[in-house]
Amino acid sequence: MSIFRFFSKQTSAPTARERLQVLLAHERASVGQSDLVAVLREEILAVIAKHVQVDRDKVNVTMERGEHVTTLEVDIEIPIKAGVRAA
Amino acid sequence: MAKVVVVTSGKGGVGKTTSTAALGAALAQRNEKTVVVDFDVGLRNLDLVMGAERRVVYDLVNVIQGDAKLPQALIRDKRLDTLFLLPASQTRDKDSLTPEGVERVMAELRKHFDWIICDSPAGIERGATLAMRHADLAVIVTNPEVSSVRDSDRIIGLLDAKTERAERGERVEKHLLLTRYDAVRAERGDMLKVDDVLEILSIPLIGIVPESMDVLKASNLGAPVTLADSRSAPALAYLDAARRLAGETVPMTIPGEKRGFLGKIFGRRAA
Repeated sequence: MSIFRFFSKQTSAPTARERLQVLLAHERASVGQSDLVAVLREEILAVIAKHVQVDRDKVNVTMERGEHVTTLEVDIEIPIKAGVRAA
Repeated sequence: MAKVVVVTSGKGGVGKTTSTAALGAALAQRNEKTVVVDFDVGLRNLDLVMGAERRVVYDLVNVIQGDAKLPQALIRDKRLDTLFLLPASQTRDKDSLTPEGVERVMAELRKHFDWIICDSPAGIERGATLAMRHADLAVIVTNPEVSSVRDSDRIIGLLDAKTERAERGERVEKHLLLTRYDAVRAERGDMLKVDDVLEILSIPLIGIVPESMDVLKASNLGAPVTLADSRSAPALAYLDAARRLAGETVPMTIPGEKRGFLGKIFGRRAA
């Protein structure tokens, strides 16, 4: 190690390497799934609509990527009246 | 048998055109009949880097649309009679490249050449996918920098999915060409190292081209790097890469790493 290195601040290449590794692990896993959330939303909506009347805008599908797991969150607001028809 | 090589990267400005010209010339210098094909319709530049910009009459799109025969559009290099250029069109819109047309031209080129080097446009649109469509081998040009590495990874995915070979269940042979590499900065920890990029992309390395003034100088002159000054550091790197592409085993050297004691001290203090 040279004396100049000793006084210099932390190097940036290891950070670049780490960021790339995490990012690419996710991107590789989701190849061709860029519209996965949109597809899921439509299909979930279709299944729900068979049984209850729902407002399209009240169905939220979101995906969040964590370091180890990805979570899919489906939030559907069903109006009280709509349930009556299902019976 | 003819080999089709695509030089691609996803990201722009990493050195695809420079590398196409340099590798094409290096292969032609081995006495193998080589054509470099510009797929960047609308933004052609291979003609300029090759120093043939004033000799373009017909182009790839003319051939595809039947306005010219292939031999009319091919430009023979003035320095090497084994080297040819098929320029891209500058004016027409990029939709004029059709999959059928490109297939026909590639089939005809295969009959006449040992090497067909396709210079891909940046991006992942039509031009880029058509450039890689018929490739047997791919040279993925990457800079040791996060956005370039990410885009290269994306392109590797496309090569495994969208090429003729992939659709036949075969593989496109992929090779990493690391360009604009600065061994001193990498050693100092300010730039991704060769091994970092290799580990992330996990494809075999075909060459390391150092960041060098000689590259700009060559393009100023309109000569492929390997022809402008065949003893410059980037030229040597491209000549070795071409030999590896042709199947030879050549030991890999990291340009600029052989520094003496004084070089180490002063090299680190500078920049």
